[in-house]
This record gives sequence, structure tokens and C-alpha cells, in this order.
Amino acid sequence: MTTARAHRDPLPGFGLSLGVTLAWLSLIVLVPLSALALRPWELGVSGVIRALSDARVLAALRLSFGSALLSALANLPLGLLVAWVLVRMRFPGRRLLDAMVDLPFALPTAVAGLALTALFAPNGWLGAPLKEIGVAVAYTPFGVFVAMMFVGLPFAVRTVEPVLRDLGTEAEEAAATLGAGRAQALVRVVLPALAPALLTGFGLAFARAVGEYGSVIFIAGNRPMVSEIAPLLIVQRLEAFDYAGAAAIGLAMLAVSFLALLLLGLVQAWLRPGRRG
Amino acid sequence: MTPGPAARDPAPLRWGVAILAFLLLTVFLALPLAAVFTEALRRGWGTVLDAYADPDAMAAIRLTLLVAAISVPVNTIGGIAAAWCVAKYDFPGKRLLTALIELPFSVSPVISGMVFVLLFGAQGWFGPWLQSRDIQIVFALPGLVLATVFVTFPFVARTLIPLMQEQGRAEEEAAATLGAGGWQTFRLVTLPNIKWALLSGVLLCNARAMGEFGAVSVVSGHIRGETNTMPLHIEILYNEYQFAAAFAVAALLALLALVTLVAKTVLERLSGRREMVH
Repeated sequence: MTTARAHRDPLPGFGLSLGVTLAWLSLIVLVPLSALALRPWELGVSGVIRALSDARVLAALRLSFGSALLSALANLPLGLLVAWVLVRMRFPGRRLLDAMVDLPFALPTAVAGLALTALFAPNGWLGAPLKEIGVAVAYTPFGVFVAMMFVGLPFAVRTVEPVLRDLGTEAEEAAATLGAGRAQALVRVVLPALAPALLTGFGLAFARAVGEYGSVIFIAGNRPMVSEIAPLLIVQRLEAFDYAGAAAIGLAMLAVSFLALLLLGLVQAWLRPGRRG
Repeated sequence: MTPGPAARDPAPLRWGVAILAFLLLTVFLALPLAAVFTEALRRGWGTVLDAYADPDAMAAIRLTLLVAAISVPVNTIGGIAAAWCVAKYDFPGKRLLTALIELPFSVSPVISGMVFVLLFGAQGWFGPWLQSRDIQIVFALPGLVLATVFVTFPFVARTLIPLMQEQGRAEEEAAATLGAGGWQTFRLVTLPNIKWALLSGVLLCNARAMGEFGAVSVVSGHIRGETNTMPLHIEILYNEYQFAAAFAVAALLALLALVTLVAKTVLERLSGRREMVH
């Protein structure tokens, strides 16, 4: 193909479209991101380590990554449940349910943050009854977790749903015919087939939650060392013109996220052959 | 899909699961939305309209529309170009290119804004140069546009690429063989094939452009009436305890989200496909 194109491709526009794409990509994405990769090192290696080992930075990184992990985990059973209902059942209102799932994608993060805060504030619709039983959500790390779950849920549903649809019911029926109980069929036939998709959904929800800013800062209360997320620290560093320090936190966040996604990819690759064989 | 008898769960269990899913989603997704509208209307329609008539709010609405009006076309043209070369040709590095196009989705909004401050801010690489020529990028419209373009970068490309890959290039080749020029081929053959997906990608790109918060928050400088977009205006109102006004502006953006969702559902029906939104 490549050599044929070099001679004469009947379809014109390769050079133009590739040129536009590369220019657009370089100017908007690659050059700016290279600044992120290079700026922290103005501090020197020891300076970067010092910037990152600040107690407040560590607490913020721990909160961002910890809640992102927990929220992505919590979204898996919920996402599986919703995907199951969307694929396997027909009932009035199913389309509404389907559209509702995408709401966190479509709702601007600042609006989501405001809405969740209103809902979970001590006098809110959910906050008031929760306060009765002694659970505080707004202005606590738990609020960070709730906001992250909100933005991550569609990823869990939308990655599992198509796989569940393609899977069909034949394998389950075969398992049942061969004497498997219903629970056994679900755990040993359906769940393993969904595992790669669940992992992908987990990874996407996690990546989104780690970097999430708008929907979290309203409900978090942003108390240093307690409910302050890493992106907020970046904003504060930038406002104090500590560009290198801000870039160091940003680079650390990206590096850990990409390592986590890489690890996930490896687990998926390892899962795949055993499943299909 | 109705499973055969062997894999069918008893009706009460099935309905229990469906009701549980409905309840959970209603509490978790619909209730927050309802809260926005309730809070906005708490003090009546008068307060809502006053919130929109406020000069700073008007400026924020105008700025949001302006930023979207620049960013969305830029990303539409870039997205079509990217989809064209990725979907219609084979070349080395294609997978890398596709991955790079998706990259902005996995970067935190705050980092997306920060990269432009690192380049063009007062202490940025090009900061002194820009300052000596009196050019403002950060804390001004160009910075807001750059951050928005970065964040909404992949939307059009990622809606088009799978569809155009599926459609292949036979129709375009036929048109070219029959003597059509490149632009003619695109306009008369490709565009009709991708119009619904393209529209859907543009809508999603626009919704995100108007609703973006983290990235523009970093480059805006929060100058009232000048560099505050609607989401940033919401934050300022909220921090000043003007809750009714904050929720009124938030309700406007929530409406935009709802309209986008409905339009997306309709477009999916028209094109018979569904895409994932981010």
C-alpha cells in the first residue's frame, strides 16, 4: 500500500490532510505538553523531589489517587448492574435510563460540582437525612469520592455494555444445559468474558477521576491535608507564579496515571488468551 | 434480547434488578440535575432573569459563545483532516498518531490549562518575548481559546475515524477515477456519508467547549466582565454567596447539556450508530 501510494494514489489529499493534522497536533498538544515535561527540571532533580515530598503535596496526591481508585472500583458493580439492565431487559423508560447514563459526560463539571454540593450539603435533599445518621459527605474526603464516582460512572457502563450485548446468552444457556447453576454460570461464564471490558472501564474512570477538578472542588471543602486534591494545588502554585513546582505536580500526576494504565493494559493482555481458548 | 429458558432469571429478580438500577441512577444522576433547577428557581423567575441581565453575566455568556465559535471550527477542520488521513490511507506511525489525537482526553483539565501558562505566562518560555511586544495570551481571549481547543481536541476526530474506517475508500476512489477533484470528492461523496456523525461530534465538541471549567480557570485570570466564561462566572458567584444567581447560570449550562444529550440521541438514531462521549 505504502509504495503504491507513493507512486500514484487515485485518492488525493493525503499530504494535505496529514500536514494539517500534524500542524494542529503539534501546535495545540505536543509543544505545550513538552513544556510540562521540561519545566520541572529547572528545579534540578533534587528540587523536583523536594517539591513533591512536601507534606501537603503528598497528602493531595494521596487523596486524588486514593479516591480515584476507590471511586473507579465502586463504579464497577454499579456500571455492570446498569449495563445488564440496559442490555438484557426491555421496559418502558429504558431509553430514559440509557440517556441518563451519559449525563455526567454532558454536564459541565462546574455545574455537576454545584449540584452535588447542593444535594449533599448538610441541609440538602440527601445531605440532611445522611446527617441524621451521622454521615457527612459535603466538605469531606467522602465528598471527593462521591464527585469522582459521578463523573466516572458512564465509563463503567459504556465499556461493559457493548461487550455484554455481543456476548449474547448462548454461552450461559450452554452452561445451564451442562448443569451449572445460575450463579455459577454468571460467575464462571459471563464475568470472565466481561473482565477485559470491566478493566477498561475501570481504567477510564480512574484516569478521569485523578485529574478531575470542577466537579470536586465545590463539594470537597478544600481543607489542606484533608480534602485538598492535587489539581487544586497546581492551580495554587500557578497563582503564586511557582511554575516549576506546579509542573512538577502535574508531571507526577501524569506519570503515575500512565503507569497505572500501562499496568492495566498488561493485565488485560494477560487475561485475553486464557479466555478465548 | 430474550434469553432462552435455561438462562432466564425469575421475573421478580429481573424486575428487582431493573428497579434497583433505576433508583440508583435517579438518586445519583437525576437528583443533582433537579437540584440545580430547584435552587435556581427558589426565589422565583425574577431572580433568575436578574442573574442573566447582570452585565458581568452577559459578558460571561458573550465570551463563552465567542470562545466556542472559534474553538469548535478549528477542531472541526483539524478533526476532519485527521479522520481523512487516518481512515483513508495506510502509513507508518498511524497508530501513534491516533493515540496522540486521543491524548488530551487523558490529561487533567488543570494540566491542559497549565501547559499554556508554562509557555505564555509571565514566567513562561515565551512570556518575556510576548511582554516586550505587548501581546497578551494568558489571562486574555487567546489563552482561553487555546485551552479550550486543547480540551475539545479529540471530539470530532474520534467520532469520525471509526465510521470512515468502516466505510473504506471505494466510493471516493470511484469518484476520483471518474475525474472528480479532491474537494469535489469530499463534498459530494464523503460528506453525505458522514454528515450525522460529524454533526454529533461537533455538538459534543461544542458542549464541552462551552462547559469547560478547569482548563480555562487556569488561563483566565478571573477578570470580571472580561475573561470570565459562564462556568467561571458560576464559581465567582458561588464564592460570593450569591447562590441563586450561581444556580441560575448553572441551570442555563445544564439546559445546554440536556439539549446536547437529546440531539445526540436523535443523531444516533438517524445514523444508526452510537459513540462514546467524554
